[in-house]
Amino acid sequence: MSAPKTIYDKIWDAHVAHEAEDGTCLLYIDRHLVHEVTSPQAFEGLRMSGRTVRAPEKTIAVPDHNVPTTLGREDPETMPEDSRVQMAALDQNAKEFGIHYYPMNDVRQGIVHIVGPEQGWTLPGMTVVCGDSHTATHGAFGSLAHGIGTSEVEHVLATQTLIQKKSKNMKVEITGSLKPGVTAKDITMSVIGETGTAGGTGYVIEYCGQAIRELSMEGRMTVCNMAIEGGARAGLIAPDEKTYVYCKGRPHAPKGANWELALIAWKDLFTDEGAHFDKVITLKGEDIAPSVTWGTSPEDVLPIDALVPSPEDFEGGKIDAVRRSLDYMGLTPGTKLSDIEIDTVFIGSCTNGRIEDLRAAAGVLKGKKVKDGLRAMIVPGSGLVRAQAEEEGLADIFKDAGFEWRMAGCSMCLAMNPDQLAEGERCASTSNRNFEGRQGYKGRTHLVSPVMAAAAAITGKLTDIREFG
Amino acid sequence: MEKFENVSGVAAPMPLVNIDTDMIIPKQFLKTIKRSGLGANLFDEMRFTRDGAEIEDFVLNKPAYRKAEIIVAGENFGCGSSREHAPWALRDFGIKVVISTSYADIFYNNCFKNGILPVVLPKEAVDILMEDAERGENARITIDLDGQTVSATDGTEFKFEVDEFKKHCLMNGLDDIGLTMQKVKAIDSFEAEYAAKTPWA
Repeated sequence: MSAPKTIYDKIWDAHVAHEAEDGTCLLYIDRHLVHEVTSPQAFEGLRMSGRTVRAPEKTIAVPDHNVPTTLGREDPETMPEDSRVQMAALDQNAKEFGIHYYPMNDVRQGIVHIVGPEQGWTLPGMTVVCGDSHTATHGAFGSLAHGIGTSEVEHVLATQTLIQKKSKNMKVEITGSLKPGVTAKDITMSVIGETGTAGGTGYVIEYCGQAIRELSMEGRMTVCNMAIEGGARAGLIAPDEKTYVYCKGRPHAPKGANWELALIAWKDLFTDEGAHFDKVITLKGEDIAPSVTWGTSPEDVLPIDALVPSPEDFEGGKIDAVRRSLDYMGLTPGTKLSDIEIDTVFIGSCTNGRIEDLRAAAGVLKGKKVKDGLRAMIVPGSGLVRAQAEEEGLADIFKDAGFEWRMAGCSMCLAMNPDQLAEGERCASTSNRNFEGRQGYKGRTHLVSPVMAAAAAITGKLTDIREFG
Repeated sequence: MEKFENVSGVAAPMPLVNIDTDMIIPKQFLKTIKRSGLGANLFDEMRFTRDGAEIEDFVLNKPAYRKAEIIVAGENFGCGSSREHAPWALRDFGIKVVISTSYADIFYNNCFKNGILPVVLPKEAVDILMEDAERGENARITIDLDGQTVSATDGTEFKFEVDEFKKHCLMNGLDDIGLTMQKVKAIDSFEAEYAAKTPWA
């Protein structure tokens, strides 16, 4: 009998197209997602070397990072010149190389990591790559998914493989159930608080345990999405009934006999009893609190009822980093996190821009008003999420509350387009990174879940959702 | 890609931990469809004020470090986004080697594709080299990729590990895609077998 394997081992083994003596492998890629910002140089490289896209049918392009999210964006006059150039390059490359493409004005357009699963491109057991670090999102389906650089984008386009050495296995188990007000976002942020932003470097994480099983597919995507913030290239979750139900009937999911075949194969995607993990982290679901970041690294995270820490609470190089963070964030040690006033709320991104996130936010906002003077924005993760939210009446709740209701895109998560914080502005954001300048020059970001962001929009400060009502 | 030659020169000390790719090259410079010219905006928001004036006490603005080819950095350098614009900017500025205790995975790989050697050394060694680097033009750090050593000014030598394949590509300036193309038969036969096993994929 062969040695017990983790899911990662199984997917890896099924995709090794070539292995050199030193263990360097060519890993076969099932799905290659492409967006406008990290691909132009790769296509240009193909063109210069006279190469083609090896598997255009496995390559899917959608603009998201730099698209405007304002209504009426289809008018090129309203688009900044540099956005227009990147969009035109993607248009041209998609046509020239014959790859699947969802242009900006297609209702299916959206953030690449939301579009992939929504259209049924992402399926269990697959290898999925994209020139974007949040590709880990797709791991929620029990696929091996991770971000790559532009040179690797070009490599995958040309060869449908990636040069890789195998990572180590890490297990993150969340036992028990979450308490009310605690969400997938709080799980993933709490894990990073535990491991640090480099704790997962060199590993592929498998998230497991009852609290993970109890999450919806949307929640699981939120958890895997931020694996990269813990340093892990990929995070994944074993598929189950919820996964199959989510996938079934999606435009590019298998149909008929192929569906039955796929299902048989997917049922083998679990970690064998006794499989080896190089690192194991266990958190109790009931210990996880609604969380918020206070600094400029995703590891700077605490429960909402905690106080802003002091540099002296840390060790080594982190002491200076915390001093710099607090100065940048304009925070004083000892301040209650729930006393921090904010002036902006952003709900969206590949972390929290799915329909379930919008439903959760709407549940808090129904019949309420955004605090006077506060700027609040909801940017759905895709055109289809937007349409569904309108159909369900969520959009009306947001608009009545005083939120801007935008078109789909990455928007203020990375603030490449005009959706940015001004200097000194402070934002409760459902995105994934609180780095210096991430949401705008000298802008200040507090990462939170959608319900916490919604509550903050009403009170004008970081708010404990458990005490809100 | 150019062949990687041994480097000997001034190293810029950047002891801050978790220097992320947003710091290395802020997003407003990702709007280019080219790889070149990003060095001018390397560490833009740490290096320049909003109106473009140099921030004097930023290390690469100090006279001793303006032409640094080496950075000695705090742990987890290059975390965050997968943007290859980060190594493009470093290389365009003239950085050929980064020395740290650890890097984010994607950034680490991206460096090798662009002629940059990210050296991993234990904390004690990085601390010594950081101190050395603080001495500006009075210090000279030397990196020998073939011998896999970093030497401090006083000759203290630190051995580092690097993947053989990555080293080979870097030393010979090899194009990954060209190398993989030589194995196209293996890919073809894998693909055919795989398609038969997973007709839905």
